[in-house]
Amino acid sequence: MEMVNIKINNIPLEVEKGTKILEAAKKIHIDIPHLCYHPDQKVKAHCRICCVEVAGNRRLLAACSTEVWEGMEIHTDTQIVRDTQVGILQLILANHEQNCLTCARNQNCDLQRLCSRFNILKSNLPDVCDHLPVQDTNPSIVRDPSKCIKCGRCVRACKDVQGVCALTYAGRSDSISVTTAYNKPLEETDCILCGQCSIVCPTGAIVEKDDTQKVLDVLQDPKKHVIVQVAPSVRVALGDDFKLGQGTIVTGQMVAALKMLGFDRVFDTNFGADMTIMEEGAELLDRIQHGGKLPMITSCSPGWVNYMEKHYGDFTAHLSSAKSPQQIFGAISKTYYPKQAGIDPKNIVTVSIMPCTAKKAEAARPEMGRDGMQDVDIVLTTRELTKLIKYVGLNFENLEPAEFDSPLGSGSGAAVIFGTTGGVMEAALRTVYEKVTGKELKSVDFKDVRGFQGIKEATVKLGSQEIKVAIAHTLVNAKKVMEAIKAGTCDYTFIEIMACPGGCIGGGGQPIDTTMDIKKLRMDSLYDIDKNNTIRKSHENPDIQTVYKDFLGEPLSEKAHELLHTHYHKVKKQHDFSYLKPEEIYSI
Amino acid sequence: MSKSVNFITRNFGKYDVSSIGSYMNIGGFDALKKAVTMTGEDIAATIAEAKIKGRGGAAYDMGRKWAQAKAVVAEKKVIICNADEGEPCTFKDRALIEKDPFNLIEGMIIAGYTVDAQDGYIYMREEYSHLRPLLLNAIRQAKTYGFLGTNILGKGFNFNIHLYSGAGAYVCGEGTALIRSLEGKAGRPRMKPPFIKQSGLFARPTCVNNVESLAIVAPLLLDDKKEYLSYGSGESIGTKLVSVGGNVNTPGVFEIPFGTTVREIVYDMAGGIKGDHTIRLIQFGGASGKIASSRILDTPYTYDDLKKAGVTVGSGAILVVDDRTSVLNFLRTTQAFFSHESCGQCTPCREGNRHIKLILEKLAANTHRNEDITALKKIVKLMAMSSLCGLGESAENALLSAMQQFPDVFEVK
Amino acid sequence: MLTAQKQDHILSKELSAKIDLVLASHEYDNTQIVGILLDVQDLIDEHYIPEAIAYYLSEKLDLKITVIYDCISFYSSLSEKPRAKYPIQICNSIVCSINDNDSVFTIFKELLGIELNEVTYDGRFTLESVPCFGACDVAPAVRINGTVYGHLDSRGKIENLLNKLL
Repeated sequence: MEMVNIKINNIPLEVEKGTKILEAAKKIHIDIPHLCYHPDQKVKAHCRICCVEVAGNRRLLAACSTEVWEGMEIHTDTQIVRDTQVGILQLILANHEQNCLTCARNQNCDLQRLCSRFNILKSNLPDVCDHLPVQDTNPSIVRDPSKCIKCGRCVRACKDVQGVCALTYAGRSDSISVTTAYNKPLEETDCILCGQCSIVCPTGAIVEKDDTQKVLDVLQDPKKHVIVQVAPSVRVALGDDFKLGQGTIVTGQMVAALKMLGFDRVFDTNFGADMTIMEEGAELLDRIQHGGKLPMITSCSPGWVNYMEKHYGDFTAHLSSAKSPQQIFGAISKTYYPKQAGIDPKNIVTVSIMPCTAKKAEAARPEMGRDGMQDVDIVLTTRELTKLIKYVGLNFENLEPAEFDSPLGSGSGAAVIFGTTGGVMEAALRTVYEKVTGKELKSVDFKDVRGFQGIKEATVKLGSQEIKVAIAHTLVNAKKVMEAIKAGTCDYTFIEIMACPGGCIGGGGQPIDTTMDIKKLRMDSLYDIDKNNTIRKSHENPDIQTVYKDFLGEPLSEKAHELLHTHYHKVKKQHDFSYLKPEEIYSI
Repeated sequence: MSKSVNFITRNFGKYDVSSIGSYMNIGGFDALKKAVTMTGEDIAATIAEAKIKGRGGAAYDMGRKWAQAKAVVAEKKVIICNADEGEPCTFKDRALIEKDPFNLIEGMIIAGYTVDAQDGYIYMREEYSHLRPLLLNAIRQAKTYGFLGTNILGKGFNFNIHLYSGAGAYVCGEGTALIRSLEGKAGRPRMKPPFIKQSGLFARPTCVNNVESLAIVAPLLLDDKKEYLSYGSGESIGTKLVSVGGNVNTPGVFEIPFGTTVREIVYDMAGGIKGDHTIRLIQFGGASGKIASSRILDTPYTYDDLKKAGVTVGSGAILVVDDRTSVLNFLRTTQAFFSHESCGQCTPCREGNRHIKLILEKLAANTHRNEDITALKKIVKLMAMSSLCGLGESAENALLSAMQQFPDVFEVK
Repeated sequence: MLTAQKQDHILSKELSAKIDLVLASHEYDNTQIVGILLDVQDLIDEHYIPEAIAYYLSEKLDLKITVIYDCISFYSSLSEKPRAKYPIQICNSIVCSINDNDSVFTIFKELLGIELNEVTYDGRFTLESVPCFGACDVAPAVRINGTVYGHLDSRGKIENLLNKLL
């Protein structure tokens, strides 16, 4: 690798050719301020706050986009650089809704951090902010355009990560805005509510819908029996905001915190995941053996399901009819559990903690309930749980670890890896393989489907039959799979698709500033939990076995279908041009 | 009494602009025929010898640009003719397209041959849409006659020209924004690196030239008598098209030898000031150019002399403003232009333009205070130092020079 | 059986056929969206791009609607809102400003009885204030559907202009 010699603030340094100034400075622990730069995104160089002085250049150069050259002398802290940084911040602030005290990103905002760092005091620039209304019309994502600093991170996330392109710049000069086509509410566009925009926004311009007050209210209601289920991805991400190290497994403290918050029962979504495997595994075998629709595609990612319904609405028959773990748990929590616990289901409130913003919309779907009640009443993201823990003043790092409650609190190792791309596939194969071959697996490690590549494939020998399986994450890759199915060139039998990069561990509801590196740590932790679990296959979870024996009967039974399976609907396009198709004139 | 000359404009009024035959009768495409007997390096050297600097405003050494473009190794390369001509008071490229379209086409083909490009794109501003039929006709006829297409003049050189339209955005005159527009997007500038010459249109190595720059190529290649080199001196040799407008009696496009004084241009060619008014200020290079007082009249029009006087050649525009317009109103109109044309992407330009407009309004209402003038100076500097593209960098040139030339305008009264 | 067909759609079959021709002339190349939008806009009497047509182009070109919307909102020559049969674009830049474009604005407003960006009752004319379009040598100037009218330094000239368009 060709190296170049440079100097930053008179400190000599050797870096690889092609390194950007910003990255070079990081190597010697100098943090050049930045707003539009994000380590997982293409460089934009829009905000200009990373501008630095480079000897020989009469203008300042953007550190995020300028590559070093041999002999480059960079100064990050001269008067002109400081004046520029402060000047840019003041310009941004003059056009920003400054209600930090009541903002969702208070104390967790890049703009706040920079203002604090540069000790920005009140400037005499007039307020030029438009103070536009907050857009709050869907269950998952809230937009506050007056806080937008036009950095373009959300536009990039929606385009490069998901290929959905629901958000865009529009207009010019001071009318420029980040918005949807024709300023339609998100839910009326191609948006699938995955929240990848909210996780990269440096301010409070795009945030998750805050349902914490609903939870606080219901916890105070003595009539209500409030239970909570927690997704696998939360337990390896919650520690981020409590200085326990990124990717650390904090299950014990998490359960303890939830108990101290006042939940009557703290259960595990992994229970729902195991049941999902029971149903989905049986469904897969049923389709294989009886000529059902193949390839079958997983349906536990609501962002992915939204994408299917909006963009490939004619192909929804490929989706597994099994509900997601959140919803399967929800259904059991309102039918089996009340019977078992002797509680009136009308008094049960089921809350779920998810790494996902789309789950809020999933829980609100009309078909996800019965008798006028939703199966899952309130969904909180990981970020909202962090807020609740701080709200009640818990010293999270020092809590005594606690255990999940019974009978819906147990999950196998297969369930916990649902949180990472490839996890659902592996979990399903563990059960399906045994069902078909009748043999117990010698090894439960399908190394073929692990990792972070865009699409991974593997061949699995199910007895005498060999099937091809694939896993894909992000919708850019999901589209490739769907196009192959559309073209008839897809020879997979079973496909796992996750909307978010890395799977749920990278979900839109996870802590802000989640990066690919941090996701890797979370993934490793999930596999660690799996390895250390005595029960590693869904069908061996005794609590699951009990529910089937006492309540559901068999997977795919009538009751199972009624409670644990669902249907999908093609979403109507904004504008339908089928009326333009030429009419049939002749008939044979 | 100074006269304008006819080197670049030699064909004006001399042939039927809709007929390639008519063009060839006066020597049209002879330059191309000569060019294909030379190497690209030699052609670039000829351009360099004439010290031609980019005529769009950036004034980059054209010979060097072509040599660099030639040196890039790639399967597919592109040349672009920037006919976006958005600077107010600039209409020289319009004249060149109207009156000598085939010369532009010929220049482009020679450019393509020089740098080994297969595709040439003319990006012409939407406001010149009435000239599209003219250019489309010239392109079509050139193709019929074998000057475009495959194996041009039997030299195994393939080249096609595509005519694209802008859609009302001054910022699309900036190279990366122009390219974005050609790629089917909103024309907001891109960061550099990557540089256009390595990765431009559709990530191909791209060479962008102004209309006037390309219009010089054919006559220069045929200039055996070295007429072009006989004009001007030093770093400014040859001739230049200037577009004079404002409060003058006969505004228009004039081809001047470098070294002609500003006085000669304004009074001899553009007919002097209307009525019995005096000059308030002269702006050089379009709205993004610096301004000067009438003291500049005796300055020779060359790159170096103008620079010494605190202004630049820029787009070749010369705007003469008489005493009926105040400096402040001039600045406000100029600011309104940039406030409208900023693409909005980068903080300094988007927000800077906005606030400068507000402060100028305060000046007009005489409600400004010292803090406003301080803020004005800070923002002007910030924009010049840290904007993403040339628009933000140069938007406040007029204001900056006004603060030096007419400081009383900014005093707090 | 003859029944009256209700015209529910802005995008009629005839218009969609014309748009398809425009698309064909641009080889259905979605990188040519700017030129396509300009040509499509010229097909519409009021010189704008209706939302339905933007979505139609999105489908036909396999181009995200957000890209198309961004282009329409970014480029001044493209309009999201209906304009008029003859949009009268009056230059507001410096050369025309110092050549009394104020009078041009005033006289047009008086003669047509509308303010800037309003449309006459018959949908014929609208007045738009636009930046320099390179007609500085004939300042003050206006531009209407691609044709430049310069030297508009008297009421009479402006009246003549309007009469020619009526």
